[in-house]
Amino acid sequence: MGLREFVLTRSINIFHVSSGSCNNCDIEILDALTPRFDLERFGLVLVGSIKHADIMLCTGSCNRLAVPIIKKLYETMPKPGFVVVYGACGCSRGLFKDSYNTLAPLDEIIPVDAYIPGCPPKPEATIAALVKLVGKVRAGKDIRS
Amino acid sequence: MTALLYIFAFLIFPGLLFSGSMGLLVGWIDRKVTARLQWRVGPPWYQNFLDLIKLALYKETLIPSGVSGAMFLGMPVLALTSATLVSTILFLINGSPRTGFIGDVIVVVYLLLIPAVALILGGFASANSLASLGSSREMKLMLSYELPFILALIVVIMKCGCAIRLGDIIMYQRSHGDIFMNPSGGISFFVMLICIQAKLGFVPFDMPEAETEIMAGAYIEYSGKALAIFKLARAVLLFVIPVFLITLYFGGIKLSLDGLVKAMIEYLLILILMIVVKNTNPRVRIDQAMKFFWGVVTVLALLSLALAYLGR
Ligand code: SF4
Repeated sequence: MGLREFVLTRSINIFHVSSGSCNNCDIEILDALTPRFDLERFGLVLVGSIKHADIMLCTGSCNRLAVPIIKKLYETMPKPGFVVVYGACGCSRGLFKDSYNTLAPLDEIIPVDAYIPGCPPKPEATIAALVKLVGKVRAGKDIRS
Repeated sequence: MTALLYIFAFLIFPGLLFSGSMGLLVGWIDRKVTARLQWRVGPPWYQNFLDLIKLALYKETLIPSGVSGAMFLGMPVLALTSATLVSTILFLINGSPRTGFIGDVIVVVYLLLIPAVALILGGFASANSLASLGSSREMKLMLSYELPFILALIVVIMKCGCAIRLGDIIMYQRSHGDIFMNPSGGISFFVMLICIQAKLGFVPFDMPEAETEIMAGAYIEYSGKALAIFKLARAVLLFVIPVFLITLYFGGIKLSLDGLVKAMIEYLLILILMIVVKNTNPRVRIDQAMKFFWGVVTVLALLSLALAYLGR
């Protein structure tokens, strides 16, 4: 693990994208920052602008209107950047699978680095996914970015 | 030779390297105390250094299309340069109060203003509606806090027998006692404390970059190295503004063991006070802030000015 991997995995800024979620996932994301879990210990903060972000955390079912916006956001994210999909809706469209309005799950729209299943996922699941992503970056497997 | 010394002073010792790393450390104190107040653990002491290294070395710097690159990228550099100059001037004069030039207080006040101006211009230059909104709020905030800030400064200048050299202000306090101990000095110190809360963009006056409503405001389009430079400028300001206050109200930093310890304690007290205020208040609206600064705070500043005129 070189300096690059160490720095990239110890200073993580997360930008949160919601593409038609029911708002439950979005609240659970904030849970991971509360005193009980306190992800800021590991240098992880939520930021307000995609240009400051290292991780794009996507919730929701990627409806038709949101797809072009998601693509644009992914392109504007400064690289190296990662995409994590949060919740059953984003992973597989969840209960909106047969809806006229959701055409594809997120990983068919932009490349995804980690999946967090659940409806909504627990904060423990969030942490587990981030640990896996950190392990991937530290092992040098982030060639795509 | 002196030119080389000044370059060294600007780049290494009281300047960029020293004040930058101190600023990042002080920023960590801010984050840690905030975390403890919220019953969390908080990040390790090197967190801000990691953030900065990441932005400066490993992230892309994006320039929005249709934007003047020189303006967009020049503003962070301007902010950092003027913040560093303030730190250099303050420490050199604290080291040897007889140096300096006539009117350096005024120069320092203007240099402290430039980071805010740079942020405003950078925000307008980034061609983003939220950034322009942040910039316009920053401009209104600047107009509101500058008035009481300057009035409070005039109190200090009056108390020191109309000295507009920082060296004279320090020397006066060493022979006549700290200005903070006078009634007028005490009031103007608190006025100054409220103004720097706004100058540093701390809650309750952080509406120019309100994360939850206008998404980091003027910083929104900045990424990579440009953002890193802005962050470093903020860190230097956070470090240097309390030092400015100590110079004005507590007789500066004496270069002896007890002098350094005294300065350190005063510094930490000012810093912790700001952080506690930051963590126990909600954000106010921009019109409320303007009313507050032009109303209560200005009246207080005028009161202390009157007291100083009466010689108290
Ligand atoms: S995964 Fe479940 S909780 Fe999350 S947005 Fe979809 S329906 Fe809501």
